[in-house]
Amino acid sequence: MDLQPTDDQITLIEMVKGFASDRFPIEIVRSFGESNGFDRDRWTELASLGTFGLALPEAEGGVGLNFIDTVLVHEALGSALVPGPLIAATLSAGHVDGVLDGSVVPALVDIPTDGAIVVEHFRSSDVLLMIDDDGVRITPSDSVDCIDVTHPTDPTTPVAILKAVPDGKLLGGPELAAAWRRRGSLLASAQLSGNSTGSTNLAVAYAKEREQFGRPIGSFQGLKHLLADSWIRTELARSSVWAAGVMVDEPDVGSADRAVAGARLTAARAATENAKTCVQVHGGMGFTWEVDAHLFLKRAWVLETVFGTRDEAAGTVANLYVET
Amino acid sequence: MHLRDSESDAQFRSEVREWLRAAAASLPEPPATEDWPGRRSFDAHWQGLLFEAGYAGINWPSEHGGRGATPTEHLIFLEESAAAKAPDVGIGFVGQMHAGPTIIAEGTEAQKSHHLRGILNGNHAWCQGFSEPGSGSDLASLRTRAFRDGDDYVVSGQKIWTSHAMAADYCEMLVRTDPNELKHKGISWLIMPMDLPGIDVRPLVTVHGSTEFAELFLDEVRVPVSNLVGDENDGWRVANVTLSFERGTGFVSELLKTTSVFRDLIALARSTKRNGSTVWDDDGIRHEFGVVGADLDALWAFTKRNVSQGARGGMAMGSGSGFKVAFASTQHRLGDLALRVLDRASLSLDDIDGRPTAELVHSKLHAFAISLGGGTTQIQQNIIAERVLGLPRER
Repeated sequence: MDLQPTDDQITLIEMVKGFASDRFPIEIVRSFGESNGFDRDRWTELASLGTFGLALPEAEGGVGLNFIDTVLVHEALGSALVPGPLIAATLSAGHVDGVLDGSVVPALVDIPTDGAIVVEHFRSSDVLLMIDDDGVRITPSDSVDCIDVTHPTDPTTPVAILKAVPDGKLLGGPELAAAWRRRGSLLASAQLSGNSTGSTNLAVAYAKEREQFGRPIGSFQGLKHLLADSWIRTELARSSVWAAGVMVDEPDVGSADRAVAGARLTAARAATENAKTCVQVHGGMGFTWEVDAHLFLKRAWVLETVFGTRDEAAGTVANLYVET
Repeated sequence: MHLRDSESDAQFRSEVREWLRAAAASLPEPPATEDWPGRRSFDAHWQGLLFEAGYAGINWPSEHGGRGATPTEHLIFLEESAAAKAPDVGIGFVGQMHAGPTIIAEGTEAQKSHHLRGILNGNHAWCQGFSEPGSGSDLASLRTRAFRDGDDYVVSGQKIWTSHAMAADYCEMLVRTDPNELKHKGISWLIMPMDLPGIDVRPLVTVHGSTEFAELFLDEVRVPVSNLVGDENDGWRVANVTLSFERGTGFVSELLKTTSVFRDLIALARSTKRNGSTVWDDDGIRHEFGVVGADLDALWAFTKRNVSQGARGGMAMGSGSGFKVAFASTQHRLGDLALRVLDRASLSLDDIDGRPTAELVHSKLHAFAISLGGGTTQIQQNIIAERVLGLPRER
C-alpha cells in the first residue's frame, strides 16, 4: 500500500502545472470561451505532452502509465482551469484516430433519458461521441443538428444543445460505455479536486494581501476557519479521488464503483464550497467579472454534472455499502 | 501508487490475522464500562498476550522492546485487530501512545529500564495530567506548581481530563517549575506515581455518563527529582517529542469503530419498519447514508495517505489536524443520522426491540470527544490556517 505520489508522479504533476501556467494562464483560459477562441495550436501542444494517451500502451502511441497517473494529471489541469474537451480526448484517444496528437478534437455527451441534451465544447469539435447504455457511437460534428448557446453559464466552457440524436457509427458496446462512464466520472472528480485547490490558493493569496482594520484580513479567525475548512475539503477530496484512481487500476482491492461515486461527492463538495469561500473571501471584488473567483465556481458547476450528479452518487454509495 | 499489500505486508497480515483470531477467541467476556478494576485486569491480560507474542509496542523501536514495525504494518495490525474484534489499546493508551515514546526519546537509562517494560507487558497503566481547569486550549498557561525541595519536587495544583486516572499507576505530568517564566518556558515533564500521598482523584462524569476522565487535586505531592524527564523547564518541548512519532495511525482504531457503527446503522435502517416500508427506503435518509459512507471512505483513504507519508519519514504539515477536523465532522453527522433512524427509540438508552440504541446514542455523544479532545476543531483550524496556509497570526 502506498497512497502518496511517487517521485516520478510528482515530476509528472509539476511538469503539467508548469506547462499550464506557461501556456494556459488565466487570460488564455478566458479567451478559450470567446467565439472562435479555441486555440488549436495550444491544444496540440497539450496533446504533444502525451496528456491524452498517458494510460495507453506505448505500442499504441501512449505513455504506458496507469489510470491513476491520468487522474493526477487531470487534477493538475483542473487546478489551472485548463479548458477544452479534456475528458472526451482522454477517453477516446485510444479509439479515435487523431485525438491522441490533438489533430482531431472530440466532443462527448452522455445522452440523458429526458430533457435537453447539452454538449460541452461542441463548436470546436471535429467529431461527436455519444454514450448511452447500449454503447458509444461517433459521428462527424458537421453532420449534427446542434445549436450553440450564446451565453454559457461558465464563460470558459462553451456549450451547445443537440436537437436530435444522430445514429453515428458504433465504437463499442455496453462495456465500453460503462468503462467510459466510470473513468470519465473520476476524471471530472479529479478536475474538481484540482479546482478546489486552485480557488483556495487564490483566496489565501488575497487574504494575505488585502488589509482592513489595519491588518491583513487573513489574520482574522473568521477567515482562517473558512480557509482551513477549504483546505480540509480538498485533502478529503484528493484522498478519495486518488484511492478511486488506484482502485480502477487494482479492482481486486475493493469496490471501484463505490470509490468513484464517493469521490464525486467529496470532490464536488470541495470544488463548489471552496469556490464559494473564494468569492466570499474576496469581498465585493469577488462579485466582479474581473476577479477569477467566479471562474472556479462556474467550472465546478459544469464538472459536477459530468457523468452523474452528487445525488446519484450518494445513492450509489449507499447501495454499494449494502452489497460490498 | 497502489493499494494492494506488498508481498511482505500480505504475509504479515495473514500471520497477525491468524494470531489475533485465536487470541481474541480465548478472551473472557469484557467487563462493564465502569468496572475499573475489571477493565484494568482485562486490558492488562490482553497486553500480556500481545507482549508474549511479540506484538506489544508494535510501532516502538526494537531496541526499546517494541516490534519496530513499519507504519504500514501498524495499520495492518489495527485493521486486523478490528476485524477480529480484538480489544483496542484501552487503559494502555497513555502509556503506549504518549508516555512510553516520550521516555524513549527523552528519559534517562534508569527511567527507561524502570518504565518501558511495564508499559509493554501491561503491568503499568498510565494517565495524563496536562490540562488544567484554567488551561485548556491555552495549555502553556498551566499553573500547577512544583517547588524544588531537596531531592523532591513539591507539587500542588489541579489537573483535569485525566483519562483512566481511576486505574493508573503513573501520571505523565506537566508542571510549572519556574513561575517567573510565562507560557512555554518554565514547564517541566514529571513522572508522578499515583500512590503518593496528597493525590486526590475525583471522577469527572461525562455527557454519556462515563468516568473515563477524572480530576486530580494535588496537595504538596512529593515527586522525586529523579522522575524529571528531560531538563527542568524544558517540559514543553519534551511533551511535543511524541508528535514526531506520529505516523498517521493515531485515529485508525476510532475510524474502524465508527465504520462498524455505520454498518450497524445500515442494518438497523433496513430492518426498521416505518410508514409502511423501511427507514432505508426513505430517499432522504439513504442519501445521507451515501454522504456519510463516502466521507468514511475518504477518511480511510486520507489515513492511508498519511500512513504512506509517515512511512517516508514524517507526516505532512497539518495532515493530522485536517484528519481530526474532518473525522469529528463526519462523526457528528453519523450521530445525527443515527438519531433520525432511531426516531423515538432514541429516548431510551436501554435497547428497545433489540435495537442497539445505547451504542448509537453513545456514538452520537462521543463525536464531541473528537471535536473537543486533543485540541478543539477551532484550534486545529488555526493550526492549518497559520502553519499550512501561512496566514498571519492574530497577535
